Amino acid sequence: MSDQPHLQVKDLSYRYEPEAPLALDGVSLVVPHGQFVAVLGHNGSGKSTLAKLLNGLFLPTEGQVTVSGMDTRDDGKVWDIRRTAGMVFQNPDNQLVATRVYDDVAFGLENIGVPSEEMPARIDEALKLTGMLEFADRAPHLLSGGQKQRVAIAGILAMHPEALILDEATAMLDPRGRKEVLDTVQRLNREQGITVVWITHFMQEAATAQRVLVMDHGKIAMDGTPREVFSQVERLRALRLDVPPMTHLAQLLRQRGVDIGMDVLSVDDMVKEVKRLCPSCLNS
Amino acid sequence: MLRDITLGQYYPVDSVVHRLDPRAKIVLAFMYIIAVFMVPSLWLYLPVLAYLVLATWLSKLPARMMLRSLRPMRIILIITFILNLFFASGTTPLLRLGRVTIWQEGLMNALVFTFRLVFLVTGSSILTLTTSPVTLTDGLERLASPLKVIKFPAHEMAMMMTIALRFIPTLVEEADKIMKAQTARGADFESGNLMARARAMIPLLVPLFISAFRRAGDLAMAMEARCYRGGEGRTRLNKLQFRTRDLLALLTMLALYLVILLPGWLW
Repeated sequence: MSDQPHLQVKDLSYRYEPEAPLALDGVSLVVPHGQFVAVLGHNGSGKSTLAKLLNGLFLPTEGQVTVSGMDTRDDGKVWDIRRTAGMVFQNPDNQLVATRVYDDVAFGLENIGVPSEEMPARIDEALKLTGMLEFADRAPHLLSGGQKQRVAIAGILAMHPEALILDEATAMLDPRGRKEVLDTVQRLNREQGITVVWITHFMQEAATAQRVLVMDHGKIAMDGTPREVFSQVERLRALRLDVPPMTHLAQLLRQRGVDIGMDVLSVDDMVKEVKRLCPSCLNS
Repeated sequence: MLRDITLGQYYPVDSVVHRLDPRAKIVLAFMYIIAVFMVPSLWLYLPVLAYLVLATWLSKLPARMMLRSLRPMRIILIITFILNLFFASGTTPLLRLGRVTIWQEGLMNALVFTFRLVFLVTGSSILTLTTSPVTLTDGLERLASPLKVIKFPAHEMAMMMTIALRFIPTLVEEADKIMKAQTARGADFESGNLMARARAMIPLLVPLFISAFRRAGDLAMAMEARCYRGGEGRTRLNKLQFRTRDLLALLTMLALYLVILLPGWLW
């Protein structure tokens, strides 16, 4: 079962309306179980469309999408697919249904027909995993953006999914909320082995993923580890994307003749490189 | 300014009445309203008063909460009293003020009608004070579900009420934000006559509606992503259970009916 690719996309094309241009154009992609994939791309590159095709909210115009072997075109499987691949959306206000955090986490369980007696344990577990247990009785509108997104994630976790698809889930949050949500999702990926598709336009977030996809005009333009992708600075520029700040700094230093490595992504990497080049610097 | 709106008037304490099945409470409230209309004479309001005091005490509601529910009604109460006092005629004059006569029957009528309103409002507010809006919605859905046979959308109605409750604070906040944004650009919501003010609301309402529709679209997509597919095959977090105490509560209401109606049958 787990040898099978978790999310599989074959020659996928999608258009919103019959005459509209292709939003996705022949995308093929295999995501194994437990992988953390970041998807980058400027507005209109097709990354959100891809997300909605992954759990059957949209159906392929051409090609095929399978989740754990289930085809999203199969009518009988659509609810299993959505339970397996949970989705978090951009606007934290527009995805919570109930007037109380606890009841909202129950919403998905009610929909998939979990017996009432089993719900409290699953809700508590999900709230604990997202660190929201102490807010169980709060009204959603009194929470911060990051907390609301964590409630949305808890609502999905309670359904025991195998994959999380986050469609720019941090785009409307402040830096603290962004970190909160990213930390939560990374922990779930590490500890629960949940496959993550993290759609974002923040380069720093993508730098922490295992794999980075860059989309452009409905096609996958780049695919590789963060180091492989972000070292191609010129290519990223051409795709109208920035590189993480430390990668940018390394590139500027290299242009001025400093012999710094190509694969600097984070502040830690930069510190390591500086220490290598100048062992006596940064001693404090 | 818009933030003062509190939704419902739920008073969260733990009491026997709070714990009653919402269906039992809704039925009780209906039976109580009918009882108040059936009270035949002034002194038979005494058992109703006793029932109300007992219910208030059992629900651990402060008396001022109950009286506060009368405040928005005060003008209607006064008008009811005055109209009935001066415009009824009878046989026993009580007081002559120039050409106007106040009759004893008029006074009785005025008191009966005024008390009827007072008891209706305070009594039915116990329902909303002791039941959270969500529980109330749940109860209504369950009570209305037999009507599904005649295609009455009980689940859909309850879901709409829940979503409305969830989004009112969000939309109020948004209205506030738009209002400030428009004020900052010179819009004036506070002066001018009624027409001018109504017209000033247009730049507030148009963006608010647009955003509400967008939210509805987003929410529908999010609900579908969380496997929502209507009421069919859905389980509920809170199972409603009709217990002995709910039966006892309904029996107290029967007792009240007996006390109110027996004198009329016996004499």
